[in-house]
Amino acid sequence: MDNLLSIVTFIPAIAALILAVFLRGDDAAANRNAKWVAMFATVATFLVSLFILAGFDAQNTGFQFVEEREWLLGLQYKMGVDGISVLFVMLTTFMMPLVIAASWNVETRIKEYMIAFLLLETLMLGVFMALDLVLFYLFFEAGLIPMFLIIGIWGGANRIYASFKFFLYTFLGSVLMLVAMVGMFADAGTTDIEVLLKHEFAFENFSLLGIQIVGGLQTLLFLAFFASFAVKMPMWPVHTWLPDAHVQAPTAGSVVLAAILLKMGGYGFLRFSIPMFPVGAEVLTPLVLWMSAIAIVYTSLVALVQEDMKKLIAYSSVAHMGFVTMGIFAANQQGLDGAIFQMISHGFISGALFLCVGVIYDRMHTREIDAYGGLVNKMPAYALIFMLFTMANVGLPGTSGFVGEFLTLMAVFQVNTWVAAVATTGVIFSAAYALWLYRRVVMGDLIKESLRSITDMTPRERWIFAPLVVMTLLLGVYPALVLDITGPAVANLVSNYDTALAAAEAASQLASN
Amino acid sequence: MIPADLTLVLPEILLSVYAMVMLLVAVYTSKDGLASTLVWMTAGVMIALAAWIGTTGEGTQTAFNGMLILDGFSRFAKITILLSAGAVLIMSEGYMKSRNLLRFEYPLLVALSAVGMMVMVSAGDLMALYMGLELQSLALYVVASLRRESVKSTEAGLKYFVLGALSSGLLLYGASLVYGYAGTTLFSGIIQTTQSGDVSVGLLLGLVFLIAGLAFKVSAVPFHMWTPDVYEGSPTPVTAFFATAPKVAAMGLFARVLHDAFGNAVSDWSQIIALLSLLSMFLGAVAAIGQTNIKRLMAFSSIAHMGYALMGLAAGTVLGVQAMLVYMAIYVTMNVGTFAFILMMEKDSQPVTDIAALNMYSKREPGKALAMLVLLFSLAGVPPMLGFFGKFYVLRAAYEGGLAWLAVAGVVASVIGAFYYLRIVFYMYFGDESEEGLDTGGSTVLWGFLMASAVIMVLGIVNMFGVETAAAAAAATLVN
Repeated sequence: MDNLLSIVTFIPAIAALILAVFLRGDDAAANRNAKWVAMFATVATFLVSLFILAGFDAQNTGFQFVEEREWLLGLQYKMGVDGISVLFVMLTTFMMPLVIAASWNVETRIKEYMIAFLLLETLMLGVFMALDLVLFYLFFEAGLIPMFLIIGIWGGANRIYASFKFFLYTFLGSVLMLVAMVGMFADAGTTDIEVLLKHEFAFENFSLLGIQIVGGLQTLLFLAFFASFAVKMPMWPVHTWLPDAHVQAPTAGSVVLAAILLKMGGYGFLRFSIPMFPVGAEVLTPLVLWMSAIAIVYTSLVALVQEDMKKLIAYSSVAHMGFVTMGIFAANQQGLDGAIFQMISHGFISGALFLCVGVIYDRMHTREIDAYGGLVNKMPAYALIFMLFTMANVGLPGTSGFVGEFLTLMAVFQVNTWVAAVATTGVIFSAAYALWLYRRVVMGDLIKESLRSITDMTPRERWIFAPLVVMTLLLGVYPALVLDITGPAVANLVSNYDTALAAAEAASQLASN
Repeated sequence: MIPADLTLVLPEILLSVYAMVMLLVAVYTSKDGLASTLVWMTAGVMIALAAWIGTTGEGTQTAFNGMLILDGFSRFAKITILLSAGAVLIMSEGYMKSRNLLRFEYPLLVALSAVGMMVMVSAGDLMALYMGLELQSLALYVVASLRRESVKSTEAGLKYFVLGALSSGLLLYGASLVYGYAGTTLFSGIIQTTQSGDVSVGLLLGLVFLIAGLAFKVSAVPFHMWTPDVYEGSPTPVTAFFATAPKVAAMGLFARVLHDAFGNAVSDWSQIIALLSLLSMFLGAVAAIGQTNIKRLMAFSSIAHMGYALMGLAAGTVLGVQAMLVYMAIYVTMNVGTFAFILMMEKDSQPVTDIAALNMYSKREPGKALAMLVLLFSLAGVPPMLGFFGKFYVLRAAYEGGLAWLAVAGVVASVIGAFYYLRIVFYMYFGDESEEGLDTGGSTVLWGFLMASAVIMVLGIVNMFGVETAAAAAAATLVN
């Protein structure tokens, strides 16, 4: 199996092609077939991707399952995974069948809907596996197209605004990265990520338009990549597209967005920003750390006053991503481990929370918090599941949410105590908004007339949540499942980062003497 | 000597003889009754010539003492021109016939204009340059006002003619200055006078006027004013023709003059081209936002695209010319598909150009809407479509040519530009279902062109069907 990664990546795309070419008609049978083809393809992708996990050697810090082929313009088609990316691949293949199952009640244009999600899966997997800059960019950007359509076609009332904002915001972020990639190509003469990871980009200070650029080319390249990943992440203050996109997207779209698409930003930092531009990263670390701390506190406070459930969870996502960026830029073992862990765990938890909102939205067709109250009386199972994920979101020990937050806070404490102190208050705020949301929606007496006839979760809905519950608790009590895989690769990254910084330090001292 | 020269330009001669003979035949027989046959025949002749040029010519040869240069570059450009002109002709037949516009002069004028373009891209002398340019332009002025009873079409033709004459004047003035200071009209002679790297002020002034004249032909800002009106006023198939072959020819000529005649003064013209490119990209992106007429929108889109192609040229390197050629080939393919779609936009059998009419088109015609979606994202330069690779090539050329600022400006403009392409997607996919939309169905020929173009945009990313290597070879022969 030399091309296992390509097989995993393109199974969904082939299924999408089959749907597009062979599925005709708009009747109930055709719709059912579309759903089952999509379900079958995503499950197959997940099962095949288990071979990657099984064959993955955590002690090997290099890239594994590498495939390489010639492509246009001196570029290559090169795929591979390492300890940093393999879990994102698994997260994607794991979440997609759940996303398809959660979309079972979609009524309009089912065939196109399934095609869009299947293509999106291919593109997301490609992002995490690509080992060529341009190939990465290709997958990274192309994901915008299906997501744009998903929000625009199947979204809520204000979907047009949200879809345009989503597309143009993230497109602007990414094109600057494209220029930086062209620059890296020109500088290193290759777009092979494996080679670029070893390439040392210039870091001598120079002045541009009269401004002294500390860290030189590395800082500029870092900033260009940062523009893209910060938007994708999203980091404060460029997060404003996310609440709009989340609120207007259909439930499944929100789940994909929160669980996987946001992780591309964090993955980008881990793959490019930190290892390739260590000097640039070091120069801007204080800025990023403070941006993260502000994000955690500010968006948590904003989340408190939201009236729309999805918007609240969206802001909470931004806050949790703040922990991720903080961990990444602490740039030590705990920080990077914690950041990856937090991203994986947030994938399960936020995905589950959006599904929770979806469950009651399907019944009442509103996401207004005020429209609910006392659901526990009619929906005990729902109340239990919602509580579990609320607690996980808060970061209760025993759930996966705790491990990530704890590790990243511990990491940043070693680097910058003040940032750690500010960020820790976010943990309290997150408890405040999450518990308050829970109380308003689930607890109390059922006094609203419209809720009298609401029914508890169907078996289908319960089965969707089951894997997420298992993963959240399992990772909460046994985090080594993730950390054993990421550990060696992260250790390697950290030691390379430190070596590069030490070398740069020595070089600049030599220059000043 | 002369017979050898004539053999070299045999394709041009054959095409002109064909056009003139057919003109006579048509006049003395059934006139417009022959038009349909002529369209297909002319397209066939063009495609045959393209195949012939592609398979026979090799190496670099000159004809008529250097007046015409036949090298890999001219062959690449000629093949692109002939194929796109042939494709547009085939696309026009059904549309023009049903609107009673199909006159026998139309295919023959297009053929003569193609001869002019072929001369343009192989010009090795200022006189040959001017002859090719005028032959091409005069034919275009006439086809722009093909719809004689329509005020807009006549206006388009007249506007194009007056402004075209002005630009020809500028170009001639520049040519005379160049001749005055270089003492020769041959490109190979001009380049020798600048061997030392110093360019006299007179020569520089001549160069600037030449560039201004050529910029008019590629509709680069600030010489673009004619484009939206001419695009809107001309019959749609003619607009499709304007957007494709003449642009390739003019860009080819641009590259030819700059590298063959002024290849030693790259730093002198590079900044001018960079500025033209910058202005075109931004004006094209911003001005199209307010357009509701899809033909005007495509006019601004083509202005922006010329900006990107010029970005490749501004780099002044082999890679730059290669990037420009690849960009033009991709651009032409996208535009053929897009115009095939526009030609199919009809309501109650009347042509529609308002983009709001596309409301919920994806519901009625999912296949066509999807193909158009692919083309629009490709035009916007979003991966994984081929249009992205075109942009990537020119960005890379610009960056390596030391124009990083232009590359940054280019990507910013591409984000602004993405908005109006998305707006069409928005109408097709997110619109309001209640309104009545366009007719469904339509010609199979157009459908074929639309689908083929969309498929190329997706599958082309595998290896670009070898265009990349051909462009590399072509660029290498031009830039030494």
